[in-house]
Amino acid sequence: MSSDDLAISVRGLSKSYTIAQERDRPTTLAETLLRRLRHPLHRVPTETFWALKDVSFDIHKGDVVGVIGRNGAGKSSLLKIISRITEPTEGEIDLYGRVGSLLEVGTGFHPELTGRENIYLNGAILGMTKGEIRRQFEAIVDFAGVEKFLDTPVKRYSSGMYVRLAFAVAAHLETEILIVDEVLAVGDSEFQEKCLGKMKDVSTQGRTVLFVSHNMSAVRSLCTEVIYLVNGRVREVGSPSHAIATYLHNAKTATSGSFEGSRGVRVSDVSFSQFNGESAGTALDFGGSYRLTMDVHSPEPLRAALSISIRDGEGLKVSSIQSVEEGCEFWDLSRVNRITCDLPDLSLVPGDYQLSVALGDEYDSYVQAENALRFSVEPRCVDGSPWSYNKSHGVYRIARGVRVS
Amino acid sequence: MNETLVNPTVAVESASASRPQPTLTIRPASGWAALNLHEIWSFRDLLLSLAGRDLKIRYKQTALGVLWVVLQPLLAAGVFSFVFGAVAGLSSDGVPYLVFSFAGLLGWNFFSNVLGKVSSCLVGNAHLISKVFFPRLVLPISGLGSCVVDFVVGLALMVVLMGCYRIVPTGSVLWFPVAVLVLIALAMGVGLWLAALMVSYRDVSYILPVLMNILLYASPVAYSVAVVPAKLRWVYLLNPLTPPLEAMRSGLLGKPFGDPGALGISALVAVAMLVFGLYAFKRMERKFADVI
Repeated sequence: MSSDDLAISVRGLSKSYTIAQERDRPTTLAETLLRRLRHPLHRVPTETFWALKDVSFDIHKGDVVGVIGRNGAGKSSLLKIISRITEPTEGEIDLYGRVGSLLEVGTGFHPELTGRENIYLNGAILGMTKGEIRRQFEAIVDFAGVEKFLDTPVKRYSSGMYVRLAFAVAAHLETEILIVDEVLAVGDSEFQEKCLGKMKDVSTQGRTVLFVSHNMSAVRSLCTEVIYLVNGRVREVGSPSHAIATYLHNAKTATSGSFEGSRGVRVSDVSFSQFNGESAGTALDFGGSYRLTMDVHSPEPLRAALSISIRDGEGLKVSSIQSVEEGCEFWDLSRVNRITCDLPDLSLVPGDYQLSVALGDEYDSYVQAENALRFSVEPRCVDGSPWSYNKSHGVYRIARGVRVS
Repeated sequence: MNETLVNPTVAVESASASRPQPTLTIRPASGWAALNLHEIWSFRDLLLSLAGRDLKIRYKQTALGVLWVVLQPLLAAGVFSFVFGAVAGLSSDGVPYLVFSFAGLLGWNFFSNVLGKVSSCLVGNAHLISKVFFPRLVLPISGLGSCVVDFVVGLALMVVLMGCYRIVPTGSVLWFPVAVLVLIALAMGVGLWLAALMVSYRDVSYILPVLMNILLYASPVAYSVAVVPAKLRWVYLLNPLTPPLEAMRSGLLGKPFGDPGALGISALVAVAMLVFGLYAFKRMERKFADVI
């Protein structure tokens, strides 16, 4: 490839955030002024956090590039800098062509405005001119399927209609470079298919797409190249199959970190094990039996219950574990060190999942470990079957055998 | 669809030779970035859409709708003419008190609306700022735009009132547009500064209404400068709002405007404030998305 068909060129890009140490940070003007008066020479102690560090890569015209990595790896920072929402601390990016960014579906939608008014407003916010929107208007309405409700305020829309309209506007953005952040994690599966289809169309038109996702199957089917970020650095740039394999391999060996919430409550070492106590990693077998364990800690007595939500690769909540509903009464968190949940006969269909852990009582949440653990369920055939359940069968196996007579 | 696999480009140094010019280069800004009016102009459709949004949603689900644009100041003028005119018996230069206080409120409301709108434009649109790029100055300018529309509606009502009371403006009405420009510069200058400040300190949104309330009574809105005791008048003229408000009122009501010098000083203060406000805004601009 020659350098003539470059679309994006990133050189030595770094982004740092300065974090004041949490407990000392002044949050009001008065506090800041008071502190200045009391300690005129004293500076608030700060830490520098590098969200991105020395990132370089080139993207060519017509490439569909997936950006993958764990939460906090710097994916969003990268997208925000290329979209010019925030500035880099160091480094440069050359952009060859107009950039349109979709970091969220329906940015700037106003509930009181009608569908028609929102199409124009949202289009303008995404950077389209009035003429462009007018030209695309029919296509947008058609794609969203909301002809009848064009003059209804969108607050009266069903959530499905709302999302469809929002995506439709975004999908008709005609920039040479398109930046997309997990917007596919919305809507029902039929609509998601439609969105993926639209993304494929975009890429066949020779436009360049940069696509952040946790959904490996979408990345695999859409992208021609993948950038894998780890802790703000590029770990790998290359073919989707190879980069995804590295990513999944790392995900499997990783254990969850430690999450701290209010009042010093902590959750750590969320992990799966076999019933015999052996570690199970994060690649589980469909139909297998596992224990989910985690360490918890609280310096003071707190009445607590556990809530674990499990989401699939698209971010859809597929199930949860609720200690109260399981018949386990509220406990005193300071007297508990370890929580164990039994998961016999894992019935989530094969795919990627992530789980979030929350501890709290009816009123208060003490700690929320978002996406504490990612895991995959690997296909396994039920006895006697030639093939396994898969994603197209839903999210959960409810039957235990079928008899014909 | 995997036929075009590209190897990772590691050779950073070679990135200069025979390349087409990039459409845009993103790099850390240094110093205080230029205003870049050209870029703002290219986002004019967004500017109009945002101003239009403000106007459209304001009176949705109200029974009287747009009527509130004229009802609000009219009611306020009614209260002022009762309290200051009828009860306190202050002079209104021989004009019916209602028209007199309405003329004062016209300028005051414009100033206070612009200031309120501009100072809250960043925090109020935080969701936009953290999700899309556009020149951030589009927000305060579109806020100003929607206030101008209200001002024009108020002005039309003023003309109707003047017709009802047979008031004919004289040559001093020429000061009117000058005074409006001074008010805009003042409101935008202070507003831009407060908007940038409010990103880090939400305290501003609590202090502002209190200060505005004090300022309302410290300005010649409900009463005339003439009723201020001569001994105190110099203090009074320290308020840069006084000359433009007086100029607007005397222009509309056909009275001579006696103090162009004071208006000139106000104009200088306003321009200085505007430059300072723009500076504060542009300086904070690059941090908005990170802090907000």
